[in-house]
Amino acid sequence: MANEPQPKGDGVAYWKANLRLITILLVIWAAVSYGAAIFLANPFYKIQFFQVNLAFWFAHQGSMIVFVVLIFVYAKMMDKIDRDYDVHE
Amino acid sequence: MSVEVLTYIIVGITFTAYIYIGYMNRVGTTSGFYVAGHGVPAIANGAATAADWMSAASFISMAGLISFLGYNGTFYLMGWTGGYVLLALLLAPYLRKFGKYTVPDFVGDRYYSHTARVVAAVCAIFVSLTYVAGQMRGVGIVFSRFLGLPIGWGVVVGMVIVAFFAVLGGMKGITWTQVAQYSVLICAYLIPAIAIAWIVTGNPIPQLALTFSDIVPKLNQLQTDLGLIEYAKPFQGKGMLDVFMITVALMIGTAGLPHIIVRFYTVPSVRAARYSAGWALLFIALLYTTAPAIAVFAKYNLINELNGKTPAQVQELDWAVKWETTKLLKFEDKNADGLLTMTAAADTNEIEIDKDIIVLSTPEVARLSPIVIALVAAGGLAAALSTAAGLLLVISSSLAHDIYYRLINPNATEARRLLIGRLMIFVAVVFAGYFGIKPPGFVAQVVAFAFGLAAASFFPVIILGIFDKRMNKEGAIAGMVIGMGFTMAYIIGNRFMGMDPWFFNVSAEGIGTFGALLNFTACMVVSRLTPPPPPEIQDLVESVRIPRGSSQAIEHY
Repeated sequence: MANEPQPKGDGVAYWKANLRLITILLVIWAAVSYGAAIFLANPFYKIQFFQVNLAFWFAHQGSMIVFVVLIFVYAKMMDKIDRDYDVHE
Repeated sequence: MSVEVLTYIIVGITFTAYIYIGYMNRVGTTSGFYVAGHGVPAIANGAATAADWMSAASFISMAGLISFLGYNGTFYLMGWTGGYVLLALLLAPYLRKFGKYTVPDFVGDRYYSHTARVVAAVCAIFVSLTYVAGQMRGVGIVFSRFLGLPIGWGVVVGMVIVAFFAVLGGMKGITWTQVAQYSVLICAYLIPAIAIAWIVTGNPIPQLALTFSDIVPKLNQLQTDLGLIEYAKPFQGKGMLDVFMITVALMIGTAGLPHIIVRFYTVPSVRAARYSAGWALLFIALLYTTAPAIAVFAKYNLINELNGKTPAQVQELDWAVKWETTKLLKFEDKNADGLLTMTAAADTNEIEIDKDIIVLSTPEVARLSPIVIALVAAGGLAAALSTAAGLLLVISSSLAHDIYYRLINPNATEARRLLIGRLMIFVAVVFAGYFGIKPPGFVAQVVAFAFGLAAASFFPVIILGIFDKRMNKEGAIAGMVIGMGFTMAYIIGNRFMGMDPWFFNVSAEGIGTFGALLNFTACMVVSRLTPPPPPEIQDLVESVRIPRGSSQAIEHY
């Protein structure tokens, strides 16, 4: 069973599920990096986050932490999606 | 024991370890030589990728650059990490499924064109060669800073070490030495960082100390008092659009750099490719979230210890005297008031601080034992050597695999291909060493090239090759030529011929973003006006999108 080629419909649905997940994660990626640290930097500069301003925290710390989390979330969720559509290795 | 002797011992131990690991992992097949037989576990590939990625410049110069840029330093921080999200979500899993040896392999096969393959191979060689010259130079500089060796001799030592494990072990040897090099460089970076965080803020964890102690407000105050920029305030020096464009160019440039992409060919499965991108970024982020903290602590400490002192007081600080002799620190009481004062203007500033001093002087400023100073030297060397090795393999594989085997002599035997691969690495080492010893005056300038070209050439055509089944060879070639042509012309014009940055004032570093956009546009327009790719190519695209079947490519080694 595992070695049989997949019916076409499955592959298409799998790809759609993958694209949906990628889109959601990339929106978050853009929101913390380009959003919080660049385009919203001037308003966020006025918001205090502990001892630094919020824009600075995203620019020098927060965005990088979010990046790491995003990749592991993608890997984890794809494990499930791979299995749901029976395309896992 | 003197610092120098200790440094020789620690550097000697690490070099012996690299040689030993390279020897133990010597290979006898082209698959082992180019992709480590697809047998590297995800977490090990993550560490190897981190070492591959973090260069001498990341290790030695980045914290210093940030300490002078302040807020805007974010384009290095986010630009050089954010690309891994793109890699993990958009490139790595599919390229792993494709499962060949090089980036030009994918471009050539997906676009069923030898022209596309050659264009990609030439781009890969050009990008990697500009990059590797700087790494060899970095090895020489570390040797000269810490041991007083002439830079040229340092470069030669670096060449011998890299040549040994790269020629013998290819990708497999390089991978496992990079894992060791990552361990050395991260310890060398974190130990002084923790010490200086403790001394300056009382909190030993640099990332927490940056956010929760009052060090940033204190540095802001100190800097504004001296007429320097307010450290944590956005967009001083460069405006919002420029910061955005540079950040995007560095991100997509990172995701398009061939020596990073090929690392994901080495893991056993698609799943492992996804996780190893996560591990890679986690390992990178350990250093990249520490760097902005070191930048703040060291800058604050340097200003505090040096500004407003008399020249005699400064001469009592051992580390100040030491780094003054290397000319990385310069003191001159220009207005003869008996005090050394920092100002924003170069003609009145009396304390000149080179950016590299921020990382290099930290162990001494924090009064750590000499063994830590020796470790920092070994860390800088590890960073430079690991990046150099990865780049050399790309140059070798482009010449020996993409050009010699795929174009000139497709009937070459396995043994002959392996021999040519080893030979090409050796040639590349010699070239890189030559440029390291006699750097062309424009080395620093061409780094903008590496990222701009990777962003404007590879990134769009690889993404479209996976996500757009209709993309054809006409589109891809037009995209690469237009994207690269524009980016090259802009950077050369701006950096070497005095052209104004006419495109909304965007710097040479950031123009790759627009080059990539042009590439995307050209791809879309031209591909829709020309015939679709043949059915077997559409099947290839279908197959790279599905994880199952990746293990067929695994060979035992």
